[in-house]
Amino acid sequence: MRFVDEFRNADTAHALAARIAELCEPGRQYKLMEVCGGHTHTIYNHGLEDYLPEQITLVHGPGCPVCVIPMGRVDDAMALAAEPDVIMTSFGDMMRVPGSNGSFFDAKARGTDIRMVYSPLDSLKIARQNPDKRVVFMAIGFETTAPSTAMTVLRAAAEGLRNFSIFCNHVTIVPAIKAILDSPDLRLDGFIGPGHVSTVIGCRPYEFIARDYGKPVVTAGFEPLDILQSIYMLMLQLSRGESIVENQYSRVVPWDGNPVALKAIGETMELRPYFEWRGLGFISHSALKVREKYAAFDAELLFSVPGVRVADPTACQCGEVLKGVLKPWECKVFGTACTPETPIGTCMVSPEGACAAYYNYGRLTRTRVKEASRS
Amino acid sequence: MTAGRLDHPAARQPADEAAGPQSPPAEAGEASWVQQALREHDEQAREELARQQEQAGNHEQAGNHEQASPGAARHVHRGSPQPLPGTVREELVLERIDRARRSRPRVREDRITMSHGAGGKATQTLIEAIFLDAFRNPLLEPLEDAAQLHVNGSRLAMTTDSYVVSPLFFPGGDIGDLAVNGTINDLSMAGAVPVCLSAGFILEEGFPVADLSRIVASMRAAADRAGVQIVTGDTKVVERGKADGCYINTAGLGLIEGDLLLGVAQARPGDVIMVSGPIGDHGVTIMLARGELGIEADVTSDTAPLHGLVADLLAQADGVRALRDATRGGVATILNEIATAASVGILVNEDDIPVRAAVRGASELLGIDPMYVACEGRLVAVVDPAHAERALAALRGHPQGAQSAIIGHVTAEPPGIVQLKTAFGGTRIVDLLVGDPLPRIC
Amino acid sequence: MCLGIPGEVIEFLPDQPDLARVDVSGVKRVINVGLLSDELLEPGDWVLIHVGFALSKIDEDEAAAALSFLQGIGQAYEDELAALQESRIE
Repeated sequence: MRFVDEFRNADTAHALAARIAELCEPGRQYKLMEVCGGHTHTIYNHGLEDYLPEQITLVHGPGCPVCVIPMGRVDDAMALAAEPDVIMTSFGDMMRVPGSNGSFFDAKARGTDIRMVYSPLDSLKIARQNPDKRVVFMAIGFETTAPSTAMTVLRAAAEGLRNFSIFCNHVTIVPAIKAILDSPDLRLDGFIGPGHVSTVIGCRPYEFIARDYGKPVVTAGFEPLDILQSIYMLMLQLSRGESIVENQYSRVVPWDGNPVALKAIGETMELRPYFEWRGLGFISHSALKVREKYAAFDAELLFSVPGVRVADPTACQCGEVLKGVLKPWECKVFGTACTPETPIGTCMVSPEGACAAYYNYGRLTRTRVKEASRS
Repeated sequence: MTAGRLDHPAARQPADEAAGPQSPPAEAGEASWVQQALREHDEQAREELARQQEQAGNHEQAGNHEQASPGAARHVHRGSPQPLPGTVREELVLERIDRARRSRPRVREDRITMSHGAGGKATQTLIEAIFLDAFRNPLLEPLEDAAQLHVNGSRLAMTTDSYVVSPLFFPGGDIGDLAVNGTINDLSMAGAVPVCLSAGFILEEGFPVADLSRIVASMRAAADRAGVQIVTGDTKVVERGKADGCYINTAGLGLIEGDLLLGVAQARPGDVIMVSGPIGDHGVTIMLARGELGIEADVTSDTAPLHGLVADLLAQADGVRALRDATRGGVATILNEIATAASVGILVNEDDIPVRAAVRGASELLGIDPMYVACEGRLVAVVDPAHAERALAALRGHPQGAQSAIIGHVTAEPPGIVQLKTAFGGTRIVDLLVGDPLPRIC
Repeated sequence: MCLGIPGEVIEFLPDQPDLARVDVSGVKRVINVGLLSDELLEPGDWVLIHVGFALSKIDEDEAAAALSFLQGIGQAYEDELAALQESRIE
């Protein structure tokens, strides 16, 4: 596959790994955070940590838009789905996220009409095909996905559809990164910057990280070589005492982002004054809601949702995992009470969650891996 | 308790604000397994702390095992206490997880979900906790594709399957082909020569008779190709809205020659694992045939009878320990079944696993892993390494196995775990499927 | 959710300006290219596809530059390994 296979070459990986190791100062520990859930997934999927020296620890960040949805909002979504004549449509990732009374998946088993879609446009199609039903699209994602939702709303408006709305849970990445930087729990040395979010917002929004906090940032692609190269670029900066923003994913990410996409978001949505993030608490100006002009497509206005704030289960330590304070296996219920089958928190249920990635792919100590490859 | 439903004391919080930690009432069942996990965790933590205090006199312990740059303030580590170096602590947690995974299966949901039909973890748990638990007997216990029984000096294999594929007709075949081939294959995996099949039909009111005739014609053709007969059957009709057109149930009988004994529990470290052709064709074909995804691709179902392939293999090579056909849940599920049944590890190489370009492309687009996608005409074979070359040649010599490939081998450690060496050179685990990415595949 | 994959633009749908058919490893799908209305997309261009939309046009020059850097690293590694081998023979 073009633009994929070339970035998976094992020999180059060894070369990069050697370079990275050379750049490590003896006795110094490095903590690099990859923000994107997609990066976490690649790291575990391809066993990238095997390539890194012990001195470098990768810390998994909150860039998993499913993981950060608080239970109260999941309950709201379930309430919407339960409304008469509603067809709830959602990406696959949301289907198993637990609310106070189960997940979409469980509701589906009980008979609620919830359908998995690949694109918000599929949801629009369902609305067209079912004029007597009210179709709600569960809109989640960072700035990567918001433009697609925005374009869909614009389409719905252009077609004059009266039975389509979105339940908007789009969040923005910069406030989350800032919350991490300001958190006293964590000392990071650098960031593997979001990949696809940056195709929309560009690289400028990260400049404050390098300038004000002195941490290097490298926007990274999603193939294993992209991530290794980004780590190499970060280590190079660290070895020179630099901190700037660099774009490793330049084949896809334009430095100034995508103005058409930003315009679509701006036209249909605006920032909420504040929004609750699972594990990070309330963050101001960190999430989007539908603009008044498009109120006809705002599920929160068309229906009444409970809007109740529900605290996370006491056993759940997703918050700390999302902030990178805990590694997945350090959570008290990881792998025992909380598994992909029986998730307590979102980090385990989303395919991009750090816990799911670790449980499904990385769940071996390095010694065991070496044993197995030798036998 | 439904997976994810948190109406137990460990989770229930007042709606307005989180109260302080509540002491759980003495509720048996659901609440206790979370509490138990927490208890175990705390016990382990206490033990380590005690050990640490013992050794406190001997050398300095870092309360914080992650050493930030010198001079950095020690942060309060809010997870479990970390007195031991990182790797050893992780080892303990992983052992605890292993124990949890090996514990007695229980179905936690109170309603059947689509996951129970996906062929992965939920299906396995359902089978063990509900069916095996109720019906338990030595013939059922091996849970192989077919049961092996002795009747008056002959060894028979018996199998049953139900087919609920949607859509009924797809590129490469239809539900009728699946029904006959699938059952023949289950018998073949036991090393049995298929003798006869039964076919039970559940038809929906309003189902076109022409479609039924088409399906039945496919079954006749498939049976003829395999040299078997459909000797008994049944028909039921249910009201409009049920049965989605047509469901088929089959049972099959076969004869096992000599003292051949195949079974996944026989896998041993060093054994070679091979697959008889490119994986994932059927599942992807079905997904695309549903037409909901708007994807066009040149893929067809690989549904085919494998009895001829198996006969050639067994005739030409010794040392075949086990055969499995990779249906629901895909090759990954088979590998996990082998690892669990024989308490061995498995290591496969991503580079060696044959996947058609179109299947790979569609899977990337959909975000699914071909390892978990159903096939309907592929087998996985576990073979003694001394005979692996002959076995591979035997498979490749047959049209059904032309693209057979060795994909990996059995290891001693770590038991019960399937690992994949990525094309990239790193390693990751291939666990049992959770959830149901591709419903109603077969 | 971050899932974005590269695909090649095959053709635009005649009656729907925002829609194009793309090819991903032999698999074809119709996607919305409205977010790239500023670019002059042509058949043969490569785009990044995410939930049914094209998010970005893949810059082939940048891709080539990235690859040549990576290959260079690989080559330099080979050279170094060779040098290491040679230096042992003394």
